[in-house]
Amino acid sequence: MPTPSPDSGSITLSEADSKALLGRFGVPLAEERLARDPDDAVVAADELGYPVVAKLNGDLIAHKTERGLVRLHLGDADSVRAAARELLSAATPADGDVQVLVAPMLRGNRELIAGLSEDPQFGMTVMVGIGGIFAEALADVAIRLVPIERVDADEMIDELRTQALLGPFRGEPPVDRERLAEALLGLSRAATATPELVSADLNPLIVVAGVPIAVDALVEVRA
Amino acid sequence: MATTEQFRALFDPQGVVVVGASTHPGKFGFVALHNILANGYAGRVFATNREAAPVLGVDTVPSLDDIPAGEAELAFVCTPAATNADVLRAAADKGIRAAFLASAGYGEAGEEGRRAQDELVALAESLGILVVGPNGQGVVSTPSSLCAQIVAPYPPAGRIGVASQSGNFVSSFMNYACATGVGISRAVSAGNAAMVGVTDFLGFYAEDPETDVALAYVEGIVDGRRFFREISAAAERMPVVLVKGGATTGGQRAAASHTGSLATDDRVFDGMCRQAGVIRAHSISEAFDVAATFATQPAPRGNRVAVVTTAGGWGVVTADAIAGTDLELLAIPDDLIAALDVELPPRWSRNNPIDLAGGETKDTIPAVLAIVARHPDVDAIVLLGMGIQSNQGRMESDGPFFPEWGLDRITAFHDRQDHRYTTVAAELSDELGKPVLVATELAVTFPDNAAVRGTVDAGRLCYPSSDRAVSSLARMWERARWQARRHG
Repeated sequence: MPTPSPDSGSITLSEADSKALLGRFGVPLAEERLARDPDDAVVAADELGYPVVAKLNGDLIAHKTERGLVRLHLGDADSVRAAARELLSAATPADGDVQVLVAPMLRGNRELIAGLSEDPQFGMTVMVGIGGIFAEALADVAIRLVPIERVDADEMIDELRTQALLGPFRGEPPVDRERLAEALLGLSRAATATPELVSADLNPLIVVAGVPIAVDALVEVRA
Repeated sequence: MATTEQFRALFDPQGVVVVGASTHPGKFGFVALHNILANGYAGRVFATNREAAPVLGVDTVPSLDDIPAGEAELAFVCTPAATNADVLRAAADKGIRAAFLASAGYGEAGEEGRRAQDELVALAESLGILVVGPNGQGVVSTPSSLCAQIVAPYPPAGRIGVASQSGNFVSSFMNYACATGVGISRAVSAGNAAMVGVTDFLGFYAEDPETDVALAYVEGIVDGRRFFREISAAAERMPVVLVKGGATTGGQRAAASHTGSLATDDRVFDGMCRQAGVIRAHSISEAFDVAATFATQPAPRGNRVAVVTTAGGWGVVTADAIAGTDLELLAIPDDLIAALDVELPPRWSRNNPIDLAGGETKDTIPAVLAIVARHPDVDAIVLLGMGIQSNQGRMESDGPFFPEWGLDRITAFHDRQDHRYTTVAAELSDELGKPVLVATELAVTFPDNAAVRGTVDAGRLCYPSSDRAVSSLARMWERARWQARRHG
C-alpha cells in the first residue's frame, strides 16, 4: 500500500518503485539493490563496491531522512550488516512490508534538482535547477511544458543563472550537458507515458565526475 | 473560431455602421463616430440613432433595418446590452460579418451579465458574425485608415499588430507609436474576449501581410494549454512580444514536492514563453521598444556588436550594458583597426567601442559606419552621439545673434550632416541586413533634432538611451537564436 498524500487524492510511490518507473524512460539513477535481510545487503554491497548507503524502503515510507532511516558511508561488510539490522528493526508495523535499499555512496561537490509537477493552468511541467541546501533560496530553475524536445532541454540548461556551477568546478570536469538533457527528456517521456503521474522529484542529482545521477527519487501518482 | 474573412471584415471593412450613435459629445456613440470620420476612413459610414437625429453631419436612421444591405461589413455597437441580440440579427440580415461591442453590462457585471454574454456568443455563432468585446475600447487598422474606437490616439501606419486584454494598454502602445513614429498596422482591445481572445488575433496577425510583429498584453488565461498551442503557432511565423499583467501574483503554491514548490506560476509562464519562442517583456515601455525593433530592424545573424560613438563615456556604459546580456562586444579584429586607421586620427580608441574621439571631418562618420557595417565579424551596430552639432545649432538659431556671424550657414550645415549620418546608418542596415540602432536622449528632449529625424524618417526607432537599444537588440538576438536552434 503506497503512502496516501494528506492534501490530495494522490499517493507517493516507494523510492524503489519511483526509480523503477522513471528508470524505464532513461532517467539516470544510481545502481542499487533491494535486500530482504542483512546478509542479502552484504551481498548487494559486495557487488556494488564500497562505500555504500543503506536506506529503509517501503511503500509507506516517504520521509526517510527525518526518521533517521538512511545510513551513509558504509565502508565494509560488517558496517553494512549492522546498518541493515538497525534499519530493519527500526521499522514499525505501520511501515508494512519493508526492505533495505543498498546503493553506491556517490560523491560529487555539486547537486542538481530535476522533476515534474502539474501546473493548474498549463498542466504537466518539467524542471531543472541548482540543487543542494540552497536550492530553494537560489530558486535557480528552468521550467518547460511537457513534452519537451532536445532543443528545449538544452535551452533549459543554458537558462540557469549559475552557469559557473555547470563548468569545471573544484577539480571536477564540467557537467555533461548531453546527459543532463537526456535526464530531462526522460522525465518528459515518463510524464507523457504515465497520465496518472502527478509529480516527480529527482533530488538530488549528484554530479559524479561530470555525470548527473539521481540518488533519490519520489514519484506521486493519482490514487 | 473566427474565420479570416470575419477578421478582414473587422480590420478592412467595406463599410461601417455605428449602432447607437449619439448627439451627446460625451457618449461612446458620439466619440466612436467622430473617430471613424476624423481619421480618413474611406468606406461608407452609416449610423443609427433612435430619433434619427443627424450626428456630425451623418444622416442617421432609427434602426439597422433601414441601412442598405451589403454596404457595411463592420458594426460598431454602443447600444445597451439588452438590445444587442436584436442588433446582431439585424446586422446579419444586412451582410455585416463583424461587430465590435463597446457595450458594457456583460461578463464583467456578474452572473446575469455572464449569461447574457454566453447567449450573445451562441447567437453570433449561429449568425456567422464575429463578435469582438464586449466591453472593449475598439479597433484600429491603419491600412484602412480605420479608427473605430472610443479613445485616442490614432497611430501612424506601421507593421506592429497590437492585441490586448486591456483597452488602455492599446492606447499606451499607440501613444508610444505617436511619440516615436514607429507605427501600427492593427490594434484591438479584446474586452471581455467573449468569442475571440488575444491569441485568436495573434493567429490572424501571423497570416496578415500588413503585420510583421505582434505586440500583446494578457492578464488572465482561461486554458493554458490552448494558449500555449495558439501562441506557439503565431510565434512560429512572426515575432510575438508579450507582457503579462499580474506576473507576481500567485507566487509559490503549497506543494508536496520540491519541484512543485519551485515551479511558481510566474516561472511556469516564463518557461512557456521561452518554449514557444515568445519574447516576454516586463514592462509596457520595454514591450513597445522590442516590438518596434522587430518592426524596423533586420534580424541579427549573430551576437557580435560594434559600438560606434563620437565620445568616450557613452561607449563605456554601452559596453557595460552589452556585458549584461547574451550579446557580445566584438573583439575588434586587426583588419578592421587597419581600415579605420585610414579614416581616423591616431588618437581614436583603436578598440570597441569605436570612439571617433572628435576626429571627424565632413565624411568621416559615413565612411566609418560603412567600414564597420561591412565587416563580416560585425553582426550589429549601436550608434551613439549623433545630433550633438545640430543641438548646438538649435541654441544658436534660437539665440540673439542668429543669423549673423555665419550662424545661418553653420546651423544648416550641421542639420544636413546629422540627418545624413543617421540616414546612412539606416541605409547600410537595410543594404546589409544588419541591425544598426541609433540611441540618443535627443529623441525625447528635441524630437525634431536632425539626427533623430534622420532615424525617424527612415522609419526606425530612435532609442532614448543606449541601454534600451542594447536590451532591445538582445531580445532580437534571443529570438534569432531560438529560430536558428530549431530551423538552422
